[in-house]
Amino acid sequence: MSSLTYAVTDSATMLRRTLRHILRYPAMLAASLGVPVILLLFFVGLLGRTLGAGLNAAHAGGVGHGSYIDYVAPAIVLLTVASGCMATSVAVCVDTTEGIINRFRTMAISRSSLLTGHVVASVIQTVVSVVLVIGVAVAMGWRPSGGPLAWLATVGLIVLLSFALTWLAVAIGLISKTPESSSNTPMLIQFLPFLGSSFVPTASMPAGVRWFAEYQPFTPLNETLRGLLNGGPVGHDALVSIAWCLGILVAGYWWARTVFQRGRVR
Amino acid sequence: MPNETANQKAARNASQQPAAAASEAAASAQAETGQTERGHAETAQTAALAVSGLRKSFGEKAVLDGIDLSVAAGTVFALLGPNGAGKTTAVNILSTLIPADGGQARVAGHDVAAEPDSVRAVIGVTGQFSAVDNLLSGRENLILMADLHRLGKVEGRRRADALLRRFDLTEAADQRVITYSGGMKRRLDLAMTLIGEPRVIFLDEPTTGLDPRSRRELWRIIRELVAGGVTIFLTTQYLEEADQLADRIAVLDQGRIVAHGSPAELKRLVPGGHISLRFADPEALDRAAGSLDVSARDDETFTVQVPSDGGVRALRSVLDRLDAAGVEAEELSVHTPDLDDVFLALTGHGTGGTGERRDNAGLDDSDEGAIAS
Repeated sequence: MSSLTYAVTDSATMLRRTLRHILRYPAMLAASLGVPVILLLFFVGLLGRTLGAGLNAAHAGGVGHGSYIDYVAPAIVLLTVASGCMATSVAVCVDTTEGIINRFRTMAISRSSLLTGHVVASVIQTVVSVVLVIGVAVAMGWRPSGGPLAWLATVGLIVLLSFALTWLAVAIGLISKTPESSSNTPMLIQFLPFLGSSFVPTASMPAGVRWFAEYQPFTPLNETLRGLLNGGPVGHDALVSIAWCLGILVAGYWWARTVFQRGRVR
Repeated sequence: MPNETANQKAARNASQQPAAAASEAAASAQAETGQTERGHAETAQTAALAVSGLRKSFGEKAVLDGIDLSVAAGTVFALLGPNGAGKTTAVNILSTLIPADGGQARVAGHDVAAEPDSVRAVIGVTGQFSAVDNLLSGRENLILMADLHRLGKVEGRRRADALLRRFDLTEAADQRVITYSGGMKRRLDLAMTLIGEPRVIFLDEPTTGLDPRSRRELWRIIRELVAGGVTIFLTTQYLEEADQLADRIAVLDQGRIVAHGSPAELKRLVPGGHISLRFADPEALDRAAGSLDVSARDDETFTVQVPSDGGVRALRSVLDRLDAAGVEAEELSVHTPDLDDVFLALTGHGTGGTGERRDNAGLDDSDEGAIAS
């Protein structure tokens, strides 16, 4: 067998291990799924009428017709991706703080397979969560109008973002000294969508926040997903989104790899 | 045994002038590598481990300061030393976890720095920190290892079942490891190390923190492994453990090997055990000193020391002689040689905090790990 075959076999073994962890301890899955669903219920069920009315009044043609759920559902999907990926940093940190990583390091296995297993498991978990969240949103009255191509692009964007954020989460997990701190740091990233166009358009924000909101990654991602799923232009936002995802992916992967190879022995 | 006399002389010197003479004696013990009573002469060429001039520092602190070792295939080698001596660092370097700063190390003929994957393919490591997956069951842990060794489904399951039986874990096989006791976890840890059938096994303080029964159980397993032909590199802070298991022992102190030989050779370097007797008054002390072969006498505490091997017969003979002389001791204690004696004899200083070490044998192993982190 070549070293590439080894890498694939070992990664598959590690993937099975991580998926088994997730299935056996579904608390993390429930948490990454619960937050978006609660936010959906809160923003649509409780605040939806007022926010929707405000949006329609302020941007008579801009946001489009329809109810607030059309506006917020794509943002909730992105939030699901963000919170799902960040759970990985805890799993990675637990692995490195327990002795088993040293066992893996003394075995003749593909070095990166442990991380690859975590990343692929996380992306699978995230995609499952997104499907469930979309299901809840549709049950609550969301009627996305995108065609098959738009959905395909959506899936592509979500998977790309998942990979990018998961590699970042892996790096955070590797540098964290305790599982507690590894779950705190990613909160910054989970909070990022709130300071963007997730729930209200950036135009309605105070100047400083608005400036930040317009230039942070989740705003173009929101706009791209809205355009794809609710119909509308995506051009410029899509390019900016893909650039952000690739940038985070490369930086996160490089960071995680560097930290992992430097190694930490305890 | 042509070396017998030299050693006896050395031991006698050592008992008179512990620190200085013992290093001489250690040197003579080192000189006879390859012709000890257990007969390594024929296996000496096929060294499973060959280490020369190994160095490692963490910051300013030299943790390993030029180590030379040779371990014959199919034998048990014990690296004996107190916490912080550098034992774990040595294991970490030899098992490819961390690079050395200098020197050479070959495991089964492969250089640890140049061919780490070849080394990893033939070794198994059980560290002092549990290296099991707590979220999986015992069986799943073993199958995970089997998969990583790419054994295939059938063979992996077969070996996992065999190991579960051998380590008495069949009943708990499908429970999560988090529910296991310390001894069960350690057995599973070792089983996971064995599933790839390693030729060289590193055991870093394998029995630290275990209760006496689990410790004996683990010793039995280690003996079985050696009978099966593997080479074992063991670190321990217990002289008894090294004595029980090892063919050869090296004593590590502050990053240097201060003595090196078979258990019998090392024990000859130690002044040895004694019986300590305290009497009520100077008269009793005088009478006792007159009837016993006293090695030390303290007129202020009315105490004498009599050399002893720690056995019942020696004790009975002392008591019989006291009876015959018509003296009764107020207090009696039997002192058997331990790691602290070896250290005192070889380095002129103790292991430090010995009493505490014995009381908390399982809780005090963090410092070496902290150095390495």
